[in-house]
Amino acid sequence: MRRSSWFSLTSVTFGLAFLYLPIVILVIFSFNEGRLVTVWAGFSTKWYVAVFQNEAFLNAAWVTLRVGVISATVATVLGTLAALTLLRAGRFPGRTLFNGMIYAPLVMPEVIMGLALLLLFVAVEFDRGIWSVTIGHITFSMCYAAVVVSSRLVSMDRSLEEAARDLGCTPVSAFLLVTLPVIAPAVVAAWLLAFTLSLDDLVIASFTSGPGATTLPMKIYSQVRLGVTPEINALSTMLIALVSTGVVFASAVSRRFERRMERERQAVA
Amino acid sequence: MRNDKPAKSRYILIAVPFVWLGVFFLIPFGIVAKIALSDAAIARPPYTPTFGLSKGWEGFVGLVSAFDLENFVWLTEEALYWKSYLSSLEIASISTVLTLAVGFPIAYGMSRAKASWRPTLVMLIILPFWTSFLIRVYAWIGILKKEGLLNLALTSLGLVDEPLTILNTNVAVYIGIVYSYLPFMVLPIYASLERLDDSLLEAAYDLGCTRISAFWTVTLPLAIPGVLAGALLVFIPAVGEFVIPDLLGGSDTLMIGKTLWVEFFSNRDWPVAAAVAVVLLALLVVPIVLFQRVQERNAGLVK
Repeated sequence: MRRSSWFSLTSVTFGLAFLYLPIVILVIFSFNEGRLVTVWAGFSTKWYVAVFQNEAFLNAAWVTLRVGVISATVATVLGTLAALTLLRAGRFPGRTLFNGMIYAPLVMPEVIMGLALLLLFVAVEFDRGIWSVTIGHITFSMCYAAVVVSSRLVSMDRSLEEAARDLGCTPVSAFLLVTLPVIAPAVVAAWLLAFTLSLDDLVIASFTSGPGATTLPMKIYSQVRLGVTPEINALSTMLIALVSTGVVFASAVSRRFERRMERERQAVA
Repeated sequence: MRNDKPAKSRYILIAVPFVWLGVFFLIPFGIVAKIALSDAAIARPPYTPTFGLSKGWEGFVGLVSAFDLENFVWLTEEALYWKSYLSSLEIASISTVLTLAVGFPIAYGMSRAKASWRPTLVMLIILPFWTSFLIRVYAWIGILKKEGLLNLALTSLGLVDEPLTILNTNVAVYIGIVYSYLPFMVLPIYASLERLDDSLLEAAYDLGCTRISAFWTVTLPLAIPGVLAGALLVFIPAVGEFVIPDLLGGSDTLMIGKTLWVEFFSNRDWPVAAAVAVVLLALLVVPIVLFQRVQERNAGLVK
């Protein structure tokens, strides 16, 4: 039943080329000797050196890292709780509202969320800086975390939890001993996703940030507006390398974990 | 947990994410609405009236009576705003159709690939989504510029005599949106096509369908949920997109996300920015609710 294979092959090949070519070009020109990002003038790593000598980039990277780690961790916890609420809590008043609040931020234009959060911080006179950015990031990335975790939770066999409860587990210990190990790969994926979302975000950070809390995307954006430079290419290449290594590593670990679970399941049966 | 009486832990479970989203997602929208109804610039922060809760009911009445629709009237009178809304909707619609046209064959091809290849293909589609949005948009500047790589390729192949002006036009915005949102279109379509049972197609062939008519009558209808989810995932954020029109679009590219940004950061008119946001949200309520329905159904929450 694979008769349309030439069509499939071409469309997938072109699709992947379209997705990757711009990134590949960006990476290639980060090693360009010259200042132009379109004319090749020889191999050089000088732009990487320039990034590490740029104080503003390093400061912004440090801010971004702190915001990313804190917001991803809190968002994963809240997102996991939200996923459990979506799938395990049954009916409760406000359920529709809750579902709405989980799914709406996934598509809500960032300018609206950023503006709304900023106006909240101003109304309660919360000092804008690294913490307001962190709160903003937690709020939208917890919804992504909830979706990732619930996609795993929905396929989990509920009788496992029920068995644990019958054997005398409290709901909390049943969660920690039975549910959490099963959904662990999704929780890790949710953390990674929340971290990358925080690492990427320009719009919400721009609205909620204050003086002294410039994140890396904010810095990159202000540089890009001034023009394309190989320094930005070098910085981007490092970010891409960092994120792809993380994702590939995580998916390798997760596949291994899956296989082990599968083997154990077969051993039991 | 069928026979459980509601345990205390259940309420904590519900309360924590609920309260967080209530405080940082729901309440902020109330504030946006309030400020949209306020007058512009008197004090800093530039809006009045201030929160009247300390004055109790009287303060609340005073607050409400000070509300007016001035900012919304302003939005209808000033051509810039309604032109921005219309052009945002237009750009988002065209981009959604283009993304579908590019994304559907990819999703179809993936679903027809060997089963052992599919996880890798999914991974390859997802991976660019993990790389920074800003960086991916930035990458296109170097390609689309007048002296950029695309023009270099086209002129050296002799396809065009003069370099094309693509950067800073709406065409660049379309390319940017299609490129950035492609995974959002491909993955839901792939998910629905992958579930497609091959025996259905075989049955269609046995009953005399040609390849093309089998595609129209069997494959396409079954792909509709995925197409719908994908289209909404592209359309809704694209309407309010800021980064793409700002970096790739030109000065005549009107998009409401950019207008709001300028109103807020350059003109510092917070009430008008808030009113712009309220109208944008109102425009998106229907697609967002639709998206939720589709999403809940696809997630198996609703049968």
